Amino acid sequence: MNWEIVIGLEVHVQLKTQSKAFCGCKTTYGSPPNSQTCPVCLGYPGALPVLNREVVNSAIKAGLATHSKIRYRSGFARKNYFYPDLPKGYQISQYTDPICYDGYIQIPTEEGKKKIGLIRIHMEEDAGKSMHTENGTLIDLNRCGIPLLEIVSCPDIRSPQEAYTYLTTLKQIIRYTGISDCNMEEGSLRCDANLSVRPMGEKTLGTRTELKNMNSFHGVEKALAYEANRQITCLEAGEPIEQQTLLWNEQTQRAEPMRSKEESHDYRYFPEPDLVDVQLTDAWIQDIKAVMPELPEERLSRFIKHYGLSEEDSLVLTAEHEIADYFEAAVQGFQDISLMNHWIRGEILRILKEKQISIDQCPISPKALRDLLTYLLNKKITPQTAKTVLDNMVKTGESADKIIEKKGLLSITSSEELDALIRNIVEKHPEEVKKYRQGKTQLLGFFMGQVMKATKGRADQKITRHILQRYLDATEE
Amino acid sequence: MSISREEVLHIAKLARLSLTEEEVEMYTHQLGEILNYIQKLNELDVDNIEPMKHVLHIVNVLRDDKNLPSLSREDVLKNAPEHDGEYFKVPKVLKTE
Repeated sequence: MNWEIVIGLEVHVQLKTQSKAFCGCKTTYGSPPNSQTCPVCLGYPGALPVLNREVVNSAIKAGLATHSKIRYRSGFARKNYFYPDLPKGYQISQYTDPICYDGYIQIPTEEGKKKIGLIRIHMEEDAGKSMHTENGTLIDLNRCGIPLLEIVSCPDIRSPQEAYTYLTTLKQIIRYTGISDCNMEEGSLRCDANLSVRPMGEKTLGTRTELKNMNSFHGVEKALAYEANRQITCLEAGEPIEQQTLLWNEQTQRAEPMRSKEESHDYRYFPEPDLVDVQLTDAWIQDIKAVMPELPEERLSRFIKHYGLSEEDSLVLTAEHEIADYFEAAVQGFQDISLMNHWIRGEILRILKEKQISIDQCPISPKALRDLLTYLLNKKITPQTAKTVLDNMVKTGESADKIIEKKGLLSITSSEELDALIRNIVEKHPEEVKKYRQGKTQLLGFFMGQVMKATKGRADQKITRHILQRYLDATEE
Repeated sequence: MSISREEVLHIAKLARLSLTEEEVEMYTHQLGEILNYIQKLNELDVDNIEPMKHVLHIVNVLRDDKNLPSLSREDVLKNAPEHDGEYFKVPKVLKTE
């Protein structure tokens, strides 16, 4: 039988605010444990939470970026559960009236773009962190109260690969808005998944299971593939699927059932009496629209149209908004867009990969790259020299100007200077000259190489070739 | 309207309370009485009345995204029954249990 896989994803993104959702504590990642807490986020009796305006603004941005409807009046609820890293005994979340709903994002698939619906985006607070050790569990409450957005997709995803693409696309969009780093390693993006299978063509959904504890996008993909396979095997053996929560184990590459159901879905939500509703206005949403950065799809089409770049080049340059920013800063006032594209895609991305750094940590500033390529564009240096200079810039942090001057790397464009040098080389290799004249013209490459070697790559290629050919093609001995 | 013994046990479990047999009986009775009292509201016709989520009629109590000083870790850990100077210590909890 052919089975259809049905997947819905719940993504939590941590917002990049200065202060927590309901108090003024810092949100710095990696601070000493329990150094960023106060009576509000510790859940002391009598402490009163006050909502951070930036959390609302961020939620509106996420909504606008995902074609979501924005709910003008929304409020908070208490989600009650008992766990040591949740000192209040409840998480402040949204329940009946999430701030954004009915959105979608478009993901690339082999059959073209596909819409994945978003049921809701709501604001909530994070819990603390538990570390399970041999002699007990250690609790760090720094993360308590850090603002999150929970983004819930419709069950529109049809394969583990599609889930992976959805996550990378969503991450790209959210990172473009600037509201979150979406760094899965630092926990600023987390993902839970729901999966069910049904016979192809069937309309009603099968019994679903929930998958948790995946710590990378590939982990999500693998966990979903594992679980889809397990469910199909069960159903084909005539066993029903039990609705349950499974934990992905990265070591064993298996999804293991949580031992007790923990009655975990009995959260006894009720309206949070400590907070009042948020009432948005058209003017408020307009203000956010006005400061919304350009989103990936818009930027991609602008790169194609405005810069005349190919779709493939534009996709690479706009994959991360920081790379797109870098390109646009570097190409400012520079005539040869294709040359710039070539160098960023080739050299700059190679440097980042080698050094395992992001583009904002790139040792070559956009201006420094432009200065270097201006030498190349004006034929003051050869492409080979340009690469040497770039490597030197990375090593020393010095400017192209300085390195070129210090090392005397300007191209040799003087015909007289090259003429003497080439004549000398031609005279030194009578055998090769002979063979060349007998028709082995590919030896031109050999002579070019000799000239480049003698000049350390500084000889202007065009002039060199011209002079070389004149000497080699001369018939008289 | 009353509450069943099972419901009381369920609520106690969610709140991590262990109740004696007498307490289960007492709370079943008391919670039932509270629910019966609240039940009186069902006698009213509220069809044309907006549900009230909050007693205050104000909206948008917001603060700017600014940092305020946190408590010192020493103070934060002071009241904990067990800590190691950096972390709170609690009995071993396993995610799968």
